[in-house]
Amino acid sequence: MKMNRRQVLGLTAGIALVSATGTRFAFADAPATEKMIMDFAGGKMPATGKITLTAPEIAENGNTVPISVAVESAMTDGDMVQSVLILAEGNPNPDVATFHFTALSGTAAATTRMRLAKTQNVIAIAKMADGSVFMDKKEVKVTIGGCGG
Amino acid sequence: MAAKPKPRIKVPKEAKIGELVTIKTLISHEMESGQRKDKEGNLIPRKIINKFACDFNGAPVFSCDIDPAISANPYFEFSAKLTESGAFTFTWTDDDGSVYTDEQKITVS
Repeated sequence: MKMNRRQVLGLTAGIALVSATGTRFAFADAPATEKMIMDFAGGKMPATGKITLTAPEIAENGNTVPISVAVESAMTDGDMVQSVLILAEGNPNPDVATFHFTALSGTAAATTRMRLAKTQNVIAIAKMADGSVFMDKKEVKVTIGGCGG
Repeated sequence: MAAKPKPRIKVPKEAKIGELVTIKTLISHEMESGQRKDKEGNLIPRKIINKFACDFNGAPVFSCDIDPAISANPYFEFSAKLTESGAFTFTWTDDDGSVYTDEQKITVS
């Protein structure tokens, strides 16, 4: 079989894509979310525990869904939460927000309101100063989606 | 474009040293996500507040990188643990480069 330059390039790109997405553990429907978690966590698999994500089980209006995160931490030099990433698997763009905490925060907890396009998992990942990563996940059922149409 | 974004902030006037104070902030802003279409079917361009920061006497307390999935009139609640009196400064940065700020004083004893 003879191939011209364009075909060869297309084929190699395809192979690269398959091998890149195939190696890590997979979230069923969200390779983009998975990649963001890996980028944020520095390639580590996040552990469970320490972080608590609070979100309603059912959100009637996807335009304003209140969510809270809290991370167990003394917020001293040895035990510090650097940042918390919030992701929504089923939104057009999975990233929602990144919180950054400091020693002045006193505790690593924050509340905000977010948009959810449909029923989906909301994920919170905490990155500690020592590099360890923790994750929590909640499913929120959405009655009316909140990303416009 | 709606009226100029107006911040609303709740900070206690006084606190004890080492006490955890809760700070609630909200700013009026439509947070246009860039996903919606107008009547002609054209995408409405994205215009959101993409960064929020709270400093105390110049030192960072809490900050947040914001994506379009944050609701209109973005609301943030967080805490601070203080050892001295001073002022919080709050900064919101808009996609168009505008910066909205506010300040709140607190007496710590």
